[in-house]
Amino acid sequence: MPEYVLQVKNLTVQANQKVILKDINLDIEKNSTVILFGPNGSGKSALIKTIVGISGYKIVKGDIFFEGKSIKDLPIHERARLGIGIMFQHSPKVRGVRLEQIAHFLTSQEEKIKSLASQLHLDKIFHRELNFDFSGGEMKRSELFQIILQQPKLLLLDEPESGVDLENISLMGSILDSFLKEQKPASLIITHTGYILDYIQATTGWVMIDGAIHCIGHPREIFETIRKFGYERYRKCL
Amino acid sequence: MRNLDKKLDEKEIQSLANAGLDISEKERIASFLQSDDEILISKTLNPGVEILPIEEALEKYPWSSKFYGKSFQILEKDFPKDTKGGYFIWVKKGVHTYFPIQACLFLKKRKFFQKVHNLIIAEEGAKVYIITGCTVSYASQEPHHLGISEFFAKKGAYINFTMIHSWKEDTMVEPESIAILEEGATFLSNYICLHPVRKVSMYPTAVLLGSNSKARFTSLLLASRDSFQDIGSRVIFRAPQTSAEVISRGVSTGGKIIARGHLKAESPQVKAHLECRGLLLSSQGVIHAIPELETNYQDVDISHEAAIGKISKDEIEYLASRGLSREEATGVIIRGFMDTEILSLPQVLKKEIDNLTDQTVKKGF
Ligand SMILES: Nc1ncnc2c1ncn2[C@@H]1O[C@H](COP(=O)(O)OP(=O)(O)OP(=O)(O)O)[C@@H](O)[C@H]1O
Ligand SMILES: [Mg+2]
Repeated sequence: MPEYVLQVKNLTVQANQKVILKDINLDIEKNSTVILFGPNGSGKSALIKTIVGISGYKIVKGDIFFEGKSIKDLPIHERARLGIGIMFQHSPKVRGVRLEQIAHFLTSQEEKIKSLASQLHLDKIFHRELNFDFSGGEMKRSELFQIILQQPKLLLLDEPESGVDLENISLMGSILDSFLKEQKPASLIITHTGYILDYIQATTGWVMIDGAIHCIGHPREIFETIRKFGYERYRKCL
Repeated sequence: MRNLDKKLDEKEIQSLANAGLDISEKERIASFLQSDDEILISKTLNPGVEILPIEEALEKYPWSSKFYGKSFQILEKDFPKDTKGGYFIWVKKGVHTYFPIQACLFLKKRKFFQKVHNLIIAEEGAKVYIITGCTVSYASQEPHHLGISEFFAKKGAYINFTMIHSWKEDTMVEPESIAILEEGATFLSNYICLHPVRKVSMYPTAVLLGSNSKARFTSLLLASRDSFQDIGSRVIFRAPQTSAEVISRGVSTGGKIIARGHLKAESPQVKAHLECRGLLLSSQGVIHAIPELETNYQDVDISHEAAIGKISKDEIEYLASRGLSREEATGVIIRGFMDTEILSLPQVLKKEIDNLTDQTVKKGF
């Protein structure tokens, strides 16, 4: 029996009284990396925000299990403390809170904070208020920095490489890869560009269309198919 | 501070420490402590700095009476004459102190109305840091504090004044401060009030009489339920090439804050800015910012900005996704908002004030 870190069962979610996720079923095994593809507006971010517990996403059916236990009624911070970490696609500005403060909240290992901050070239934003005038790439590096310090058992990465220049993609990719290899967490990664596939060992790919998971396959193959034929092909897959 | 424990119990001494009193006196150059109307300590370690109970000073140095009430005359204002106690600080010509002078005013007896008159004189070229903590005994009831402070910064003098108010729910407080600045003088005021208080109202004023003088007022305010803080800072410019900055940060967790500010340019060539930021965390709370700019000269550059906001759900949820509970997230945001960096603190006080702010904000949530 495989060991599942995350199991989503018959999950239907409403936002603003509209169904945006329909009867989703998925499992993520320990130490596996799953890629979630899907066109804009298909519900990818909604899915991971629902897993994290962000408000506005109402579960009308189904359940979410983390290490075998239902988490759907837990507040966000308790899910985080169980070991769920998220890298947001769009992170809000947090007035008055500096990146370094969060870092110290996430770990007491001063050395680790210092070395990771320098590896990710965060010195320019380390003492600044969170996400205030961070550039696109700085924002992503700050998100990656935080999730690695948090050491989650499940990483939910929402377009970690979008808006990042090639050099920084390679930097972030290799830091992420070594984290995955050392800590062996499970991860779910959303990507449009597929760049991240060059750096990590992804095991499974899913395609989400209109709030439902349509296909499961090998991530590279799915990505190539999308590149050649667009998402059309996956509408039938179901 | 020998013998202090005969007059005050451990809890009282702790609350003095929480208001910035360094009991060890290691990092203070002079100390003054008045409990109700009784002077418990008044001593200096530096011959360049005189510190005395005001009544004694007026006797010992007859010239000092010329300064007593003078700042009120300059503003054509009246002041209460029925005060008892208060401190006299005199920093002699050219004397620079590194460690601050500490002065504490303490309220202990039931329903006691403490009225003090302080006089601070920095002679030409002197540079001094003062930290004053005002606080109450847990045993006091409905205490009332009225404190008059007159500051005189002579030519090129520098006064850096930090005031920490640490009251209780039933305390009424009315400080009245006026600073008079001669040519090239600097007056920096840091005000911190994070504890409950029934009502504190004050409008400290700096009068820039000499050219090239400057004033800076900063305040950190936290008003919990049933607290009322009416805090202003006023700068009156009576000479050219003068400048000022007034910055306040106010958080209401249910209390009322009126944040006033008044820049009055009675001279050309004045540069000043007023900034007030508020964070409203409860539907019961009120924050009212009243910035005023006043002049009849064209050649002045005075401005203000005011902003009041709340903590958004997104901010809380973002921090929650990193493992902070709602209370912790709120605390971190408030602590960040209560940015001690805006204060003009000397290095020796920076850490102390940071710790005090940390503790208070943590306790509040
Ligand atoms: N809180 C919300 N309230 C109302 N509608 C929402 C909410 N969140 C998402 N939606 C809608 O649900 C749909 C899915 O959004 P989602 O952000 O999950 O898309 P996505 O797959 O991540 O797209 P992209 O690739 O553009 O990031 C969109 O139509 C979006 O407008
Ligand atoms: Mg998205």
